[in-house]
Amino acid sequence: MNLPLILFFVFALIAVVGALLLILAREPIHSALALILVMVALAALYLMLGAEFIAAVQIIVYAGAIMVLFVFVIMLLNAGVEERTDWSKMAKFAGLPLGIFFLLELAHWLARSAVGATPASGSSGPITAVSTRELCVQLFRTYLFPYEATSILILIAILGAMVLARREE
Amino acid sequence: MEFIAQHPVLVVSLVKIVVLLFLVLTTLAYLSWFERKVVAHIQSRWGPYYVGAHGLLQPLADGMKFLFKEDLTPPGADRLIFVLAPMLALTLAITTLALIPFGPATITILGHPTQLVIANVDIGLLFLFAITSIGVYGVALAGWSSNSKYPLLGSLRSSAQMISYEVSLTLSVVGVLLVSGSLNFNEIIGRQSGAFWHWNIIHAGRGIFPQIIGFLCYITAAIAETNRVPFDLPEGETELVAGFHTEYSSFKFAMFFMAEYGNMITVSCLATILFFGGWLSPFPESWKWTQYLPAAGLLLLGIYLGYDTAMQMRGIARIQLAVVTLLVLGLGFLCLLPSLEPIIQGPFWFLTKVALFLFFYVWTRGTLPRFRYDQLMSFGWKLLLPVALLNLVITSLWIVYPMLVRHG
Repeated sequence: MNLPLILFFVFALIAVVGALLLILAREPIHSALALILVMVALAALYLMLGAEFIAAVQIIVYAGAIMVLFVFVIMLLNAGVEERTDWSKMAKFAGLPLGIFFLLELAHWLARSAVGATPASGSSGPITAVSTRELCVQLFRTYLFPYEATSILILIAILGAMVLARREE
Repeated sequence: MEFIAQHPVLVVSLVKIVVLLFLVLTTLAYLSWFERKVVAHIQSRWGPYYVGAHGLLQPLADGMKFLFKEDLTPPGADRLIFVLAPMLALTLAITTLALIPFGPATITILGHPTQLVIANVDIGLLFLFAITSIGVYGVALAGWSSNSKYPLLGSLRSSAQMISYEVSLTLSVVGVLLVSGSLNFNEIIGRQSGAFWHWNIIHAGRGIFPQIIGFLCYITAAIAETNRVPFDLPEGETELVAGFHTEYSSFKFAMFFMAEYGNMITVSCLATILFFGGWLSPFPESWKWTQYLPAAGLLLLGIYLGYDTAMQMRGIARIQLAVVTLLVLGLGFLCLLPSLEPIIQGPFWFLTKVALFLFFYVWTRGTLPRFRYDQLMSFGWKLLLPVALLNLVITSLWIVYPMLVRHG
């Protein structure tokens, strides 16, 4: 076992445990915290794949900005402990078989595809990090139009939020 | 031994982490002494004076007091998060220092080439922002988990403030990135080599716009980001008792305190790196005598302390100050050693600049009154953000204009 592989399993375990906690926690804020844990663990995995920029942006945008808003809303609304209704009790019986079925299906297709045939990290030599400069050249030359289109889309969403918030006046 | 030979990077990093942690925690403790002393002198008081010579042992006494106080948890508090919040705040505040380069990129210590930084990440600046952006949770969760009115209000205010000013903070730094063309701290510093007129804050030239506006935006946003006076509304004691840490006692309270100082240090380090040339000396390289400045400064301080010991101190304080004097003088003579002299240059200038920033922080605290909350928000969004954006636009135009002229 080399160090990158051990680290990979550590962070993968953290991500999976975080995801489970997210679903199982009754307190909304605990769920939000578990989601942050998942995102930070994923960022660490990106980092180990050599995607430094993506890792940093993952933390800045998801863990640092979007989840702060989630936590903020939960705090402001003072959301209470999750209640179990008849329907959500049903989920226990329907969900478990469905989940197992989904996992089996996923395993089946992964086994047949090329994903996983090459080791993710470690044994096949050192991973070369993709420099931010290369990424930016790609983003602003090759994929300029999709990039700008996304920016306009986000701008429209912001304007929409403004219009909805100011409707009363 | 075999393990050490197999993982040299890991072992060296661990050693660096331990050394840095020790130094940082000591600095955090003495920063509280420094702040109390400076504020006291601004207000014509003496400040801590009785525990040790010049109150030098006061941080130790404070630490002991924090450790032995009763650790209360309010009823109805979310215990897990209540404990987690101060840990998160302090850990994140200290982690950022792993990215800060304290000296030149390559340096030789005991015959081994190494760096005076724990992690020389290619995109250091982005990582620093990534870590500080999670820092909001410490404050937000502390207020929420206390299950009490004032902490909740305080933490809501403080998170809103931190999110608002983070935008201006990040934007004010982008100008520097445009000028240096890199996210790596060592490269950003390397671009500013020369003398002090090559530092980003005033360096003007072809395609290089002086970042003075960016710096003013940065330092304002940074003070707000660290919740310090005049933007310390989260702790406005006239309105909110003590803000988000009202319910915290004992060492958990001390952890929030240390986190605040840790953030102050990080922000000062970043200002030094981005605008003031990091570990570079302010003098041109041809001035050879400037390499003796660290030693000269320390020796002068030692001589003053010696005079103070002999003339002013009595009893046990005299012995304590004598020890400090000997330490400072010894350090001064160590700096004169030819083998240590090149190593000491970088850290000396870096720490001097950071210390000046920390003094500036305390100075504003001693002189400025607190903002009102609506003033704070409108200032951040309606003035600071547009000015930071303007700086970004001017810097970009300054870079693009010569290219446009050349290509017709």
